[in-house]
Amino acid sequence: MSNKLTVSVAPHIHTTNSVERCMWNVVIAMIPALIVSIYVFGLSALWVVLISVGASLLTEWAIDKFMFKRTPSITNGSALITGMLLAFNLPNILPWWMVVIGAVIAIGVGKMSFGGLGCNIWNPALVGRVFLLLSFPAAMTTWDSAVKSGVDATTSASIDASSGATMLATLKSHGHQLDSSQIDWWSLGIGDMNGCLGEVGSIAILIGLAYLLITRVITWHIPVAVIGATALSAWAFGCNPLLEILSGGLLLGAVFMATDYVTSPMSKKGQLIYGAMIGLITMIIRCYGSYPEGVSFAILLMNGFTPLINKYFKPRRFGEGGKR
Amino acid sequence: MSKTFKIGGIHPNDFKLTADKPIVWLDQPDKVQMMLYQQIGAPSICIVKVGDKLKKGQLIAEDGSFVSACQHAPISGTVTKIEKIRNTQGWYGEAVTIEADPDRGNDFMEASHPRTQEEVDALSVKEIIDIVDNRGVVGLGGATFPTRVKLLPPEGSKPEVIIVNAVECEPYLTCDDVLMRTYPNEIVKGIEVVMKVVNVKRAIIGIEDNKPEAIKIMRKAVEGRDDIKVVTLKKKYPQGGEKQLIAAVLGKEVKSGALPVSTGAVVNNVATIYTIFEAVYNDRPLIERVVTVTGPSLTNPGNFLATIGTPIRTLIEAAGGLPEDTGKVIAGGPMMGKAIVNIDAPTTKGMSGILVLPEAESHRKKEQVCIRCANCVNVCPMGLEPFLLSILAKKHNWEDCEKELVMNCIECGSCSYICPSHRPLLDYIKLGKQFVGGIIRNRNTKK
Amino acid sequence: MNVVLITIAVTTVIGLIAAVVLYFVAKKFHVHEDPRIAEIEELLPGANCGGCGRSGCHDFAVACATASSLEGLSCPVGGQTAMNGIAKIVGLASSSVSPKVAIIRCNGTCENRPHTSHYEGVGSCAIEGALYEGETDCIYGCLGGGDCVAACPYDAMSLDEETGLPVVDYSKCVGCGKCVAACPRHIPELVKRHETMVYVACGNRDKGALATKVCSVSCIGCGKCVRTCQHNAIKVTDFLARIDRDVCVACGECIVACPRHSILCKPKIEM
Repeated sequence: MSNKLTVSVAPHIHTTNSVERCMWNVVIAMIPALIVSIYVFGLSALWVVLISVGASLLTEWAIDKFMFKRTPSITNGSALITGMLLAFNLPNILPWWMVVIGAVIAIGVGKMSFGGLGCNIWNPALVGRVFLLLSFPAAMTTWDSAVKSGVDATTSASIDASSGATMLATLKSHGHQLDSSQIDWWSLGIGDMNGCLGEVGSIAILIGLAYLLITRVITWHIPVAVIGATALSAWAFGCNPLLEILSGGLLLGAVFMATDYVTSPMSKKGQLIYGAMIGLITMIIRCYGSYPEGVSFAILLMNGFTPLINKYFKPRRFGEGGKR
Repeated sequence: MSKTFKIGGIHPNDFKLTADKPIVWLDQPDKVQMMLYQQIGAPSICIVKVGDKLKKGQLIAEDGSFVSACQHAPISGTVTKIEKIRNTQGWYGEAVTIEADPDRGNDFMEASHPRTQEEVDALSVKEIIDIVDNRGVVGLGGATFPTRVKLLPPEGSKPEVIIVNAVECEPYLTCDDVLMRTYPNEIVKGIEVVMKVVNVKRAIIGIEDNKPEAIKIMRKAVEGRDDIKVVTLKKKYPQGGEKQLIAAVLGKEVKSGALPVSTGAVVNNVATIYTIFEAVYNDRPLIERVVTVTGPSLTNPGNFLATIGTPIRTLIEAAGGLPEDTGKVIAGGPMMGKAIVNIDAPTTKGMSGILVLPEAESHRKKEQVCIRCANCVNVCPMGLEPFLLSILAKKHNWEDCEKELVMNCIECGSCSYICPSHRPLLDYIKLGKQFVGGIIRNRNTKK
Repeated sequence: MNVVLITIAVTTVIGLIAAVVLYFVAKKFHVHEDPRIAEIEELLPGANCGGCGRSGCHDFAVACATASSLEGLSCPVGGQTAMNGIAKIVGLASSSVSPKVAIIRCNGTCENRPHTSHYEGVGSCAIEGALYEGETDCIYGCLGGGDCVAACPYDAMSLDEETGLPVVDYSKCVGCGKCVAACPRHIPELVKRHETMVYVACGNRDKGALATKVCSVSCIGCGKCVRTCQHNAIKVTDFLARIDRDVCVACGECIVACPRHSILCKPKIEM
């Protein structure tokens, strides 16, 4: 034996999991939703995704390189996820420069201003989306008129299907009271309706969720809490729970945005409370707020509460439970 | 349905390379070094001097205090030195060096008179405890807690059940597995002795389901008995931890700061039970034990019955010699074992395995930022928040470390194992325990 | 025009009301503090290093303002100037301060003390030292983990990459003693700044044979320095030479005599 023995604190073996693997698994989980969006919106969807991802990666690289003066860490995939998620939250006909602004804000303000990966308080992609939504409200709520709204036009003449409104906007204008016969459930499932890129394909998002659960990237707590609380409060507010879950960005938010590692609570208890609050706030905004959609705001609000939740909702300590 | 404990836990690869290897008797070494401090508690007090002729099994050191243990000569020979030698971690410790007589002949143990079943049945509880004490029995699971202390539950506690820890949840190690497969009836007799001493009517042997052969053999050994049962446990690390094992078997959780016996369970390692059998039935002191010598690059890994005090190097040579690419040698398993620096140090009573890792597997991966994935929180078997404890300890914030229950940590290493950012969580938590422990001791002495 | 006037009037009124409220609130919640405390704090460095034994500069200022004598109170950083100023403020006799600096009592460089193992993990002496004896075979010497460097509030210490030992920058060191407290092996020591100090740069208390094996500049307790010293300032206990600072005149003869070159000298620092 020629070399010196290495000595270190136990344990001496390590899981094969890594940050990169977690991130790439999330990217893989988003691919079904990406395919659906390309199918529904055509190549324009792909362009939005590519521009958003490109701008995100470039911003992260530039800030690491020139401001933090450290080795750029774009290979870990986190900027890629932020870019993809941001694109999933934009309409396909958004001008390209707005997408770039959104990506720069998402990475620059949402993530890097806090110190980069692991330090941010708010979900970067949502910071970008909400910035765009508040700055360019018109552009952010103008939808491709070539795509139908998910409401069956033939059964109700009062709903103008060719206006390019989303399901939620239609819902809003009808005070969340739609006859279930007016709804094209099949379109809601496969995503053949209008909306942001990633939020249309409900089944595709659920496939992504299944993948994330199987690869143990996330646990069931947050998605189930968000969806469950939404259904429960929709029922309490007198809306159609299934319709509320399938329309808008609820599923996208519950599966990909609320579960973001950095901005969600650590303990199981905390995650359930966090998810439930997101569901509740979403429904309050949808039913009583001025915006048709509330998932982004709900998630951002609860992101802000995450440190507090971490402080007061500790995991169950060993010795507190069990038979006596 | 196999049982397991509820909170946390990880599933590392088994790597039980030596699971099908029988116990191999190693030749007695020509020279052994008996460390006087190889148990938790006080060091033993040496009662021999240089030049003394010793018979195998003769007492060489008495227990230093209540929590201490006796030591015996592992071979017949002459005491050549009593001096400070380096232990596995490089620290100095007093040790007795015994060199074998060239004409030792057939090396029988002095005062070795086996007892028949009737004689054992006639022994009183106090006599058995004295035997266990005089024969230097300590816990062989790794912590080397003197067994006598464990057999004397504190005043006011009511033991109800003996749990035999045959979990062996550490990857690589197979010494308990092979011991159960080789000596099932002896182990059962050992359990009977312990049940008699602690005065309980029930015993449970907990074995993880990755040892089907051992489960089958132990089941057969206790067939038709109501008092001793074998419980199959679902494989999960750290099931061999005392508190986790009680939770898995009985479903009871030891409260923070309480003794495990508060749940009515007295836990003993299966190798300890076997040693108790040897001490009571065969009057043999603890001078040898089964050691798993293993590693991916060893040519002949195996389970060896080794004389305590044999240099670690000799054991590795029995397993095919130290490979050229060795990067790390670990005393114990890969999860909780200590990386050692001195492979010429003698083996001790608590050494259940020697793991040789090649250079390629000896290094940590580059540390990255915490992405707050909560994996460490999910796997912590004590329900702690390792990410938080490590940050607090790094900032020397001992007050909050204590509030966040750093002292509850059992140092199982699950958090460092699972962290996708390869953060040295346990390093910092150990630092926290070191300082907070000191602060608590100071506070208690002031009171 | 009217709008402008109304706006100005309203803001002025709000401002006035706020001013009056603030005035009374400030009066009501005013905490009386000895004004000298603030004055004393002005003289202190404000780094809250704890070198005085108090928890920070404010604490020290309070202690000075309330003390009946300044004896035993000294700011190692501000030195004599600060203490003289404080004495003037509180009207007490100034205590004499002798500024100190830290020295490193180990010379086990990579060359002198070969590394026998490789430690991997957090660069902390406390963690490394709790795990095992360290990367070299010397169980008394510097671990090179940099706990002292991390503890220094004045950025006066750094780890020399080549030697693996900490180096004290005397222009920055104020002798607060943080490094002394941080080192698990008690290697740094505080000595007088303005005097030449001779010290044994080794803490090895093993017998000569063992000490020789692990390090080429270890003290083996041979006693040659004891015989050389004309002032009886050196004693050997536990195979380690110790210099009595009160007796030592820093003649430097032991430095020359030591066969192991383990006695070093800290020069006089003027400023």
